[in-house]
Order: sequence, then structure tokens, then C-alpha cells
Amino acid sequence: MTPSLAVTLAGIILIGLTAYVLLGGADFGGGVWALLASGPRKQAQRELIARAIGPVWEANHVWLILSLVLLFTCFPLVFARVAIGLHVPLTLMLIGIVLRGSAFVFQSYGEGSAAGRVFATASLITPVLLGVCVAAAATGAVPVEPRGSFVAVYVRPWLTAFGLAVGVFALACFALLAAVYLTLETRDLPLQEDFRRRALVTEVVVVGVAVVGLFLLPAALSIHPRVVALTAVTAASAIWSLWRRHYALARVAAAGQVALIVVGWGAAQYPYILPPDLTIQAAAAPRVTLELAFTAVIAGAVVLFPSLFYLMRVFKAQSKNAMR
Amino acid sequence: MSDLVAARSQMAVSLVFHIIFAVIGIAMPVLMVIAERRWQRTRDPIYLDLAKRWARGTAILFAVGAVSGTVLSFELGLLWPQFMRLAGAVIGMPFSLEGFAFFTEAIFLGIYLYGWERVSPRAHLLAGVIVAVSGAASGIFVVIANAWMNTPTGVMVTNGAFTHIDPIAAMRTPAALPQTLHMTLAAYAATGIAVAGIHALLVLKGRASAFNRAALMIGLVVGAPAAVLQPLSGDIAARYLARRQPVKLAAMEALYQTRAGAPLTIGPPPGIKIPYALSLLAFHDPHAVVQGLDAVSPDERPNVGLVHLSFDVMVLLGTYLAVVGLWAGWLALRKRDLAAHRGFLRALAVATPLGFVCVEAGWMVTELGRQPWVIYGVLKTQDAVTPMPGLIVPFTAITLLYCALAGVVAVVLYRQIIRSPVA
Ligand code: HDD
Ligand code: HEM
Ligand code: HEM
Repeated sequence: MTPSLAVTLAGIILIGLTAYVLLGGADFGGGVWALLASGPRKQAQRELIARAIGPVWEANHVWLILSLVLLFTCFPLVFARVAIGLHVPLTLMLIGIVLRGSAFVFQSYGEGSAAGRVFATASLITPVLLGVCVAAAATGAVPVEPRGSFVAVYVRPWLTAFGLAVGVFALACFALLAAVYLTLETRDLPLQEDFRRRALVTEVVVVGVAVVGLFLLPAALSIHPRVVALTAVTAASAIWSLWRRHYALARVAAAGQVALIVVGWGAAQYPYILPPDLTIQAAAAPRVTLELAFTAVIAGAVVLFPSLFYLMRVFKAQSKNAMR
Repeated sequence: MSDLVAARSQMAVSLVFHIIFAVIGIAMPVLMVIAERRWQRTRDPIYLDLAKRWARGTAILFAVGAVSGTVLSFELGLLWPQFMRLAGAVIGMPFSLEGFAFFTEAIFLGIYLYGWERVSPRAHLLAGVIVAVSGAASGIFVVIANAWMNTPTGVMVTNGAFTHIDPIAAMRTPAALPQTLHMTLAAYAATGIAVAGIHALLVLKGRASAFNRAALMIGLVVGAPAAVLQPLSGDIAARYLARRQPVKLAAMEALYQTRAGAPLTIGPPPGIKIPYALSLLAFHDPHAVVQGLDAVSPDERPNVGLVHLSFDVMVLLGTYLAVVGLWAGWLALRKRDLAAHRGFLRALAVATPLGFVCVEAGWMVTELGRQPWVIYGVLKTQDAVTPMPGLIVPFTAITLLYCALAGVVAVVLYRQIIRSPVA
């Protein structure tokens, strides 16, 4: 059976989100490492981060917007219900995004002032809240009808131990991605070692939080054991390749690991787009809208992928040299 | 403050903030591309310096445009979930196209801003052109979504539900053409005149360097024609309003009674009245009947005071900008040195912020004039708002945050651009 148009578009939205996590997430992770820069190469670390992020910052963040507009075009009901039920964490997440933008402006223009650091620290709430929102949506906690007390409708559904674990997990994953990518952004060996060490430590944290998360996992969400096994394998290969300094391989493994987590989440809640009751089919916009959106995605991809490839080639070419 | 008022205020603050960066994001790439092209033609290093300096400032403003735009995309749902639930499938199309235009813009912006040494001169200039084109396209797409809210087409409304959805017909809504035309010109007029005005001020302060002259001329090349055309495109917008959104027009003109041979009211009512002028402007016929506010019940009328005031501000300042634009053209035709004409420079320096004031005022006309409707004649704003209580809290938070961000931008821009020595 071929997947329906609605399922295809839901898949495309999930791919967009994955790309945001892999690219925009690394931007937040870079923010973590800029804050935690330390040791004799403190300044060099910060400069490397700013240099790596600058040219791709905008493009990395558009993935979120693209996923969002496709969501409200193709599944308006989901967008409306999530926006009501998760109003509080989403607003906090937005505040974090604005602060991240401010910190980027400060950092890229050599204003390493105290204000810049305050913004950067505060922006770390964004990955945590992104995780919290995903956890709430995936476990069917978003209220179907906003009825009841303020706390019951707008706070309790998302403020759970599991949600917070997923939030911390997201932050750790983003830091991991950034550290791994950064090993490929420089040919300066000591600097590379700095980020290798950071990547290894973070990977251990990621695995630790994942284990805790699996314990807290509510019964409503069942993650396929095969997905868990596959993720564990990628995590192990990331550690191994970092240990052996195969940085290009480590990048593939770490990105693969995080992508598997996002896709695994999508698979776990299939066929629901917003549990407990909204299936992808039931929440979909009318067929004309879906057809047009799909056409736009295809046309957009024809323009975007060569352009993105060009962008990466222009700015990330030196990383190839760093591999040798 | 009621939740509805808080939600409206938060939307207003977010848009008033975003539109400034959006307008600069549409027009600045054009100025940079012109400067770079001149450099490639003449090899005069001043033009390269100019392009690079503008690029540095634009990078900062783009980042702010991106985050404030992201905020808006979420706010559409956070504040107006009932609106998005109904309209998402209809106007999602322009928003999606806008999303792809942003993407193209963001990619080539990265190449343009950071790729001076990494790509060939021709590829670099082409990247700038792509940024300019996709910036204009994203503005046009999002304004089409707004036009649909003013003149909804492509749906049938039965018992509050939308049926027979046709997103293409929705994008071809009659308000789209006048609004996108007027908005795109506004971006070029406001930004071009502002750049020219800043450099006019510097020349007046005795820094009549070749650098400032070059910047002034490029600003005028983009801004002056647009400023001259703006009253004409505004007239197109007003005449379409007379047919499609008569209540908004009546509020703009503070016309309470429906009448033939309607006069034009200038200033707070009763104000100065010019006989027959409104009928003439709206229908090109001095005796035409213009619908007044009395055609609808009082609860369906917008805030006349604010809408009328905003409209007067836009037209007054817009006329001034058009006169400055014509003056520039006149001086250029007579081959006079614009940068040496002190009277003209003074007029230009005064005009620096006015285009942006017009943009804000014009949007107040459009958005406040549509009230109490979010989708004109279909969905009231009060029925679109989120059920979440306590909206004054996010409104306050966003407002404070944007004040802080504006401060950051001002400091960074000042340190990066203005304070650095200009040859
Ligand atoms: C540089 C900026 C600028 C200037 C000089 C003018 N305008 Fe404007 N105007 C805008 C910038 C703007 C805008 C970009 O802010 C609006 C808001 C919505 C839109 O499409 O354009 C607008 C809206 C707007 C509308 C409402 C459209 C609607 O609600 O659908 C009308 C009738 C006019 N304008 C008319 C005029 C006239 C008669 C002008 C004569 C001088 C004028 N504008 C100058
Ligand atoms: C509800 C209304 C709006 C929404 C949801 C919205 C959304 C967005 C988003 C998400 C971005 C960031 C794109 C990026 O990451 O590069 C953005 C930037 C931009 N917006 Fe808006 N926007 C709105 C209103 C407007 C209006 C009225 C205009 C102008 C006509 C406009 C023009 C632009 C332009 C040109 C940019 C890119 C340039 C820049 O970042 O400075 N937008 N907008
Ligand atoms: C072009 C894209 C735009 C879209 C899609 C858009 C959409 C909306 C929506 C959905 C609302 C809330 C419902 C309502 O109050 O009617 C709103 C309100 C508002 N918008 Fe826009 N808007 C756009 C551009 C702008 C711009 C550029 C400005 C100002 C600079 C602006 C100013 C306002 C104001 C002041 C309100 C509050 C009006 C009130 O409730 O009295 N809008 N807009």
C-alpha cells in the first residue's frame, strides 16, 4: 500500500523537524560551548564557533519555520490545539529563540559582553522546552478541550518528570551535535582535541539521560525495541569513532543517532499525529490543499537542495581537509 | 486589560517590530547589489567599501528579522488558534511559498555576507540579486495572506465551517494586487530615502566625502522613484477599498453618513473639509455616492479616531516624501549636484525616518480598519482569540523582550557602522 498524501506530508514535516534538530539544534549546542569555553584556548574556541555558525545561521533556522507553516497548512487542527494547550512552554521557547538571536548578533560582532552571556544562557531554555513540548504532544497530554482550571489545562499536561527528562535530553543531544561538528571545522589539533573531549563526555551524558528517560516513559508511548537497538548502535559507533579520531564518521554517527531519535518518535505515535485521538488522516486539510502543498514542497526542493549543497560546499569545504 | 485587548496588543507589538526589519530586508539587498555592481564597473573602492559596510549592518538586521518572524509564525496560533484552524488550509499556501522564499533568501544571504573571498565576483553579485528577489517575493506572499483576510475568496462558509476550499482562488483575492504593489514600493521608498537621508545629514555635518555622496545617490536611485509612485499606488488601494471594504474607507475618511458628493476630511473631525474630493478620489466622479459608517451597526465599526489619524499621517508624510523625490528628479534632470544643494539635503535629512512612520501608519489603517473582523465579514477577532487566560503576561514579556532587543541592535549597529571612521 502506498502511503496517502497526508501521511507523506506528515513525513515531510517530520523530516523538516529532523533537519532543524540536526542543524538548528547544533546552533543551540554551539551556544552551550561558547558559554562553557574554558582553558588556554578559550578565545579560539569561541571564535571557531562564531565562524562555523555565521554563514549557515539563517538557513539552519528556517527549517523550523518551514515545518511550522507546513503543519498549519496541512494540519490546521493540530496547530490550533497544540498552540492552545502548550501556550506557556511555546511562548517560553519563543523567548529563548529571540534571546538566541540576540546572542548571535552579539557574538558574531565581537561583543563578548556580559549582556551577551546573559542572553546566551537564557536561550538554553529553548532546547529544553522544545523537548518538553514534543514529550507532551507525543504522550497525548495536550488537552482535547481546554476545560478545567488554569493549572489543569495549561500547566500540568506538560510539566512532568518525563517531559523534563526529554528536555534535558534534547539539550544534551544539541550539545553533542555541536561538539562533534566542531571537530571538523578546524585543522588546529589542540582545538580539535578540546571538542573531541567535549563530544565524548556529552555522549556519555546523552546515553545516561536516555536510560533515565526510558524508565520514565509513560505507557502511552511505545518505542519499538528495534529503534532503541539501532540508536544504541549509532551511539556506540559515535563513541568509538571519536575515540579513534575518525571525525567524519563520528559526525555521521552522531547525526544518525539524533535523527533516529526524532524519526523513532514519529514512528512511535503513528498513525496519530496528535494522540490520543487525532490521526494523520482525520486531522488533514482538504485534498486540494494537500496537493498544492505537496507541489510546493517538490518545487521548493528542486530549488533548495542544489542551493543548500552550494552553501555547504562554499563554507564547509575546509572541513574535508581537516579530515586528513 | 481584557485578554482580547492583550492578544491584539501583543500581535500589534510583534508586527510593528517585525515590519521594520522586513522592510529593510526587502530593500537593502537592492542597494548592496547596486553598490557592488558599480564597484565591478568602475573599480572605485568606495563602492566596495559601501557594499561591505551595508552588508555588515544588514546581517544584524536580518538576524533580528528572522527571530521576530519566527515569533510571528507561532503567534498566529498562540493568539489566534480559531483563526488558524479555519484559515490554515486556505492561506497556508502563501505562507508555505513564503517559507520557501525565506529559505532561498537565507541560503544566498549566507553566501553574500560571508562569501566575499570564497566565490567569484559574478557568483557573488548573483547571490545578492537572488537575495533581493526572494526578499521581495517573501514580502509579497505574506501580504497576499493579509489581503485574503481583507477580501476573503476561495471558500464557502456554511455554519461557521469552511467548505469548497480553493487556495489558488484565495491567493487571487482582489486586495492582493493593490496591497502587494503598495507594500513593495513602500519598502523601497522607506529604506532608500532613509539611507539617503542619513548620508545627507553626514554631508550637512561637513563630511562631504565621496563615500557619503555615493551612498546618498544610491539611496535616492532606489527610494525617490518609489516615493513618487507611492501616492499613485495608494490611490489604487483607496479605490479598491471604496468597492470592497467601504467600512474601512469610511473610517479612514471619518465619513459618518452615506452621501453623494462626499467631501474629504483632513485632520481630527470635523477638521478641514474639501468639497466633493472624497467622491472624486474614490470613484473619479465628484457626485458618486460614498458609503458612510452609518451603513453598518455601531458594533461593526472600527476605531474611527485611530484609523483616520493613521491615514492622515500616512498621506501627509507620503506627500512630503513624494515631493522630496520629485525635487531630486528635478535637480538631477537639470544636472545639478544634489549633494551640494543644502536646501535639498536638509529636506532629505528630515525625511529619514518618515517612510518607516508611513509604513507603520499604513498598517494601522489596514489592520485597525478591518476590525472587528479578523477575516472581513467572516470571523470576528473576538471569536478567533485563544481561550487561554492571563494574556497580559505574554504581552508584557514580549514587549519588554523587544525593547531589550531593540537596545541590543542599536548598540551593535552604532559600534559597528556609525562609530567606525568614515573616510
Ligand atoms: C512608504 C510608505 C508609504 C507611503 C508613502 C504611503 N503609504 Fe499607504 N500604506 C503603506 C505605506 C505607505 C503600508 C505599506 O504601510 C500599507 C499597509 C498595508 C499595505 O498594503 O500598505 C499602506 C496602506 C494604505 C491603504 C490601505 C490599504 C488596505 O487596507 O488594503 C491606503 C488606502 C493607502 N495606503 C493609501 C495611501 C495614499 C493615498 C498615500 C499617498 C501619499 C500613501 N498611502 C502613502
Ligand atoms: C503575520 C505576519 C508575518 C509572519 C508570520 C512573518 C513571518 C516571518 C518569518 C518566519 C521570517 C523569518 C525568515 C527567516 O528566518 O529568514 C520573516 C522574515 C521576513 N519577513 Fe515576515 N512575517 C510576517 C509579516 C511580514 C510582512 C508584513 C512583511 C513585509 C511585507 C514581511 C516580510 C519579511 C521579510 C522580507 C523577511 C526576511 C528579511 C528579514 O529577515 O529581515 N513579513 N517573516
Ligand atoms: C502581511 C501580513 C500580516 C498578517 C497575515 C497579519 C495578521 C494579523 C492577525 C491574524 C491579527 C489578529 C486579528 C485581528 O486583530 O484582526 C492582526 C492584528 C494586527 N496587526 Fe496584522 N498582519 C499582518 C501585517 C501587519 C503589519 C505589518 C502590521 C503593523 C506594522 C500589523 C498590525 C496589526 C495590528 C496593529 C493588529 C491589531 C489590530 C487590532 O486588533 O485592533 N499587521 N494581524
